[in-house]
Amino acid sequence: MILDLLAVVLGLAGVAFLVLAAVGVLRFPDPLQRMHASTKAGSVGAVLVLLSAMLAHATFEGVIVGGLAVLFLLLTLPVAAHLLGRAVYVSGTPLVGLRDDPLEDELERQPAPLEERILPAPLDGIGDTPDEGGHGDEPPREPISTGSR
Amino acid sequence: MMEITDQLVAVGATTLVVVLTVPVCLAVLRMIVGPGFADRFIALDMLTALAVAVAALTSVSTGRREFLDVALGVALIGFVATCAIAAFLERKGRER
Repeated sequence: MILDLLAVVLGLAGVAFLVLAAVGVLRFPDPLQRMHASTKAGSVGAVLVLLSAMLAHATFEGVIVGGLAVLFLLLTLPVAAHLLGRAVYVSGTPLVGLRDDPLEDELERQPAPLEERILPAPLDGIGDTPDEGGHGDEPPREPISTGSR
Repeated sequence: MMEITDQLVAVGATTLVVVLTVPVCLAVLRMIVGPGFADRFIALDMLTALAVAVAALTSVSTGRREFLDVALGVALIGFVATCAIAAFLERKGRER
């Protein structure tokens, strides 16, 4: 009885954390701030929901498997978040909140984000027809800038 | 008496699964909007956390313990996926 009540309360708290994390992922302006919402609030929400499921089952197997899942999440989520955040910085993704960069001398940062480096064509010029061969002495194209950000 | 509280907990878990569609939609929207690769990978990370939560709540609402194994497996796959994606984002297209 009291365990069930506790399970419901923990489940509600976990779902509230998850909803807030998703709102943060949608509304924060740059990738590292979105990670701030998704990794911390998201992992707390998932762990609380798993604890609620363990309490609701209250069997030996359920507690063992749920406890393993909680332990695994708590061990791996910080590692994954660290790797992803480091990759976001190193890959040169534009960061709105980065004013003076304390990692400038520590990590090598790419000048442009990954999608501008590996995607071949600019998305702006899809509609206009290229007239090849008409005038051969065109100036070289301007460096690609995606207008979407 | 026990059956009634069990049923109440199961109904509550089902309700919470329905509520969890809202953050799933928000994360999917972020994945569609982008604008960069990094944002989409972060949305994927969020979706794996949501999938773990949905699996745990489903195990409560159906009364089957096996869904907790599903939650454990999803967490494992999500960790490996995030590591691989981070390596991709960090090493791909690097100017030497």
